Amino acid sequence: MRRREGLAKLTGSEKYIDDLSIPGCLWGMAARSPVPRGIIRQIHFAKDFNWSEFVVVDHRDIPGTNEIFMIQNDQPVLAADRVMHIHEPVVLLAHPDRQACRHAINQISFDIDPLPAALDYRKVPTTEQIQYASDNVFAHLSVTKGDVEQAFKDAPHVIQGIYETGAQEHVYLENQGMAAWFDDQGVLTVQGSMQCPYYVVNALKHALKLDESRVRVIQSPTGGGFGGKEDYPSNLACYAALLALKAQQPVKIIYDREEDLAATTKRHPARLKHRTAVDDQGRLIAQDIEMIIDGGAYVTLSPVVLSRGIIHAAGPYACDHVRIEGKAMLSNSVPFGAFRGFGVPQAAFAMERHMDHIARTLGIDAVEMRRRNLIRDGQSLSTGQVINDGTDRVALMDLALKESGWAGHIKDHAAFNQTHPYLRKGMGLACIYHGSGFTGSGEVHLASKLHVAGLSDGRIEIRSANTEIGQGMLTVFTRIASHRLGLEPEQIVIAEADTSRVPNSGPTVASRTTMVAGKLVENACSDLLDQLGLPVHETGQVVVDAITAWHLDNPGQELVGTAQYRQPPGINWDDKTYKGDAYGTYGWATYIARVQVDLRTCTTTVLDFHAVQEIGTVINNTLATGQIQGGVVQGIGWALMEECCFREGAMINNQLTNYIIPTASDVPGISVSFLENPYEHGAMGAKGLGELPMDGPAPAIANAVADALSQLLIDQPDTIPLTPERIMSLTTPIHA
Amino acid sequence: MNILSPSTIQQATRLLNEHDGAIVMAGATDLLVNWPSNLNAHERTYLDISSISELAFHSFSENELVLGALCTYWDIIDDPCAMQHTKLLVDAARTVGAVQIQTRGTWAGNIANASPAADGVAALMALDAQVTLTSATGSQTIPLDTFYLDYKKTRCSHDQLITDIRVPLVRPEFASFVKVGARCAQAITKVGVAIAQTDANWRIVVNSMAPVVKRCAAIEHLLNSQTPVHSPRDFAQAIEADLAPVDDIRSTASYRKAVLARVLYHELAPCCPWFSKNGISKNGINQ
Repeated sequence: MRRREGLAKLTGSEKYIDDLSIPGCLWGMAARSPVPRGIIRQIHFAKDFNWSEFVVVDHRDIPGTNEIFMIQNDQPVLAADRVMHIHEPVVLLAHPDRQACRHAINQISFDIDPLPAALDYRKVPTTEQIQYASDNVFAHLSVTKGDVEQAFKDAPHVIQGIYETGAQEHVYLENQGMAAWFDDQGVLTVQGSMQCPYYVVNALKHALKLDESRVRVIQSPTGGGFGGKEDYPSNLACYAALLALKAQQPVKIIYDREEDLAATTKRHPARLKHRTAVDDQGRLIAQDIEMIIDGGAYVTLSPVVLSRGIIHAAGPYACDHVRIEGKAMLSNSVPFGAFRGFGVPQAAFAMERHMDHIARTLGIDAVEMRRRNLIRDGQSLSTGQVINDGTDRVALMDLALKESGWAGHIKDHAAFNQTHPYLRKGMGLACIYHGSGFTGSGEVHLASKLHVAGLSDGRIEIRSANTEIGQGMLTVFTRIASHRLGLEPEQIVIAEADTSRVPNSGPTVASRTTMVAGKLVENACSDLLDQLGLPVHETGQVVVDAITAWHLDNPGQELVGTAQYRQPPGINWDDKTYKGDAYGTYGWATYIARVQVDLRTCTTTVLDFHAVQEIGTVINNTLATGQIQGGVVQGIGWALMEECCFREGAMINNQLTNYIIPTASDVPGISVSFLENPYEHGAMGAKGLGELPMDGPAPAIANAVADALSQLLIDQPDTIPLTPERIMSLTTPIHA
Repeated sequence: MNILSPSTIQQATRLLNEHDGAIVMAGATDLLVNWPSNLNAHERTYLDISSISELAFHSFSENELVLGALCTYWDIIDDPCAMQHTKLLVDAARTVGAVQIQTRGTWAGNIANASPAADGVAALMALDAQVTLTSATGSQTIPLDTFYLDYKKTRCSHDQLITDIRVPLVRPEFASFVKVGARCAQAITKVGVAIAQTDANWRIVVNSMAPVVKRCAAIEHLLNSQTPVHSPRDFAQAIEADLAPVDDIRSTASYRKAVLARVLYHELAPCCPWFSKNGISKNGINQ
């Protein structure tokens, strides 16, 4: 099946928000805090500057509550009396000329009394640095299973490790952008680049004090999100709407790359400590894990990132005694936010590096180490969730080993590394898993709704708030409906994600769109058949005829099949104790990286990469393969080169010349294989897919680097990114 | 923003006289970096030389290659003669930005912009290139290795235009260009070195290692005198004498110095019989 919006994107005719011409539109821009923390005393507008042409908005212009509506609502839309991070917006400007805005921003200065900033989430804050609760801890969560203390007492081996991962930028192709305007009836329309239209609705209702009937949010074609357009568009929508309200004119805000990199969310930096009890064969007896993540200046989504992180921290292994403590800490940085993987990449990096560390310490082969511990059906994960899905995770790993030529390469590399003057090759693997859909009872709370309408010409229209963000949702929903009703793709319309027309089918996040919202497409199709009085398995022309006949009988009326999420039977989760079925199902994978390190420059090249995964039914092989390959590339970048450099909590390498992401020349061929084990509660048997490929590359690559440099390391590659500078410091004292 | 568009060298030099501080632009690739936020640059006067057809050439003669001021990296990459006679330039040109930049960026612009990271300058300097500076009152030709005075300071005065670059065609016995960037393409150099040898005359030119692209007298002396070299470490003293790289957003001084030593050692060991091969062993760089 052809990608639905493919031709428009290929030919450049797709209209992104920056391309959208809005008559009378002003450009909006924010003046931002220059300091990481302080009390705002005064805001100076340069005297010799003509401010009369500008619309100026500050916190006093907010009709509703000065809060970004999210988990704890602690982030102001605009800083009022204090600032909490560099780049925090304080004043908004609008003007017909974008360049005039850029000049005017430089004419605003701030008197701010600085306060001691907390700039290292790993350090216990001093009294002066406390800004949240009594200890700067945004969230403290734990998972416990069995009796960890007792298990450690009797253990033959206890092995410890500390692992750190850095922040990461999403680098979506299309920067953040949003437009807002009010119509004659006072209805606010906000259109822009986003993943979650109803999150934006809720934020606008809250900050602008509007009821839902007066807020309309439309997603425009979106050039990538990766989580960066889950939470942040709520902020941007509020800025645009406040300016539009005051200006009584449409306002558009489009970030350029520097502003986008500096002012928007990034992946949470994390530090994990592992202390593991193992027997002589390397079987896991007990795991004691601490995960600390950097939340940035406001709570935003950190508690849920932490939650998913700790739930995955013990890895896809069977272990009877587990204790995981997680903390999200405040720091005076731009808030860290949603990013593909959502806490799992950090947790998986630590766990899979630690598995290699244990294997090396005990003299056990890294593959054997995993073979002995991978969870088998009937065994339970750290939350006590018993896995019984029929997937053979050991066979999956073996397939990856076979496809990658593991055994042969191990031999080749040994010979190569003995003789080459400055190149060293190595291989590493990572066994990973990713829970599909919202954590715990999240999907129940969302209670997502989706509609499938029968149109008068016999076509059907899928009405959902899920968004096409490059991942292929339009094509996959078309395929699901086409399969369910036996229709051709051109008989299926997908409604624009416009909250005035589509119900809240939940956010486009958490690897949930295909599996969860896609299932609602199937169920809404079933309901449509039911309303037409057709048997549940009826398909094809009969359905089309029934729809057109219905409209002849009911002129001018709407024929809408509806569906709402219902939790599949047998899922039990306790939010208070963090015990039970954390996710309805999991994707499973083994990733293998082969690398070459150049000892002259300490540069790592990934020679080849093999990704083998079980994700339920593969609905569209091209898109699924693309998702895996894209995730692997993003993982390669995070592992080897992507480094946010912070000064006083602000990113200072906020240009793509200095924030280094992989080019096509930096990535190898990526081999992708799927095992299919249909999940009965996912659309067509699908599980979640989008985030899994972000979890495996970093540990596989770091393990491969450790293998390549095994004779040379004076310290282990347990912190990423493994930039050449870092690898040099791990291999030998630098001599001049 | 004020743009002047001369169509002859004569007009260009006259306009440079009339507009003190005008910035000469050809491919504009350096100007466009961070353009939206670089508000001061918007107020400047620019002399766009891209229409001066007498500058758009490069030519090989018996003894030299002459690059007109509008000659791009791509013009050289694309010329089989260049591959045959000045492969070092081709190798350097291929590492600059990406194809889009290579087709717009000029060798003269690379010299004039005076970035310490300029890849093209390092290769030209290693081949003993000379620069012709033209003003309304006449022309002068100076060796490229005397062109830079300090960070972003050159001997080109406000009324002068680089009109051509002259590269003597003395085929080196050994030539190599090594660029170490943060990724395989589209990277700004962290450590760069152009090496050329004719007879016992070594040229070692480095970029991103000092405030300017520069020849390394101490390293050249080490090689010219055929002082025995046993490992990368034996370059350390000469590197210290020649260079003072900095810690910046792209790398660290210690990384830059160590990598330069390792790169020099491994590039030169195969072709310098007076190097001992002790450093090339199982533990490679640790020696």
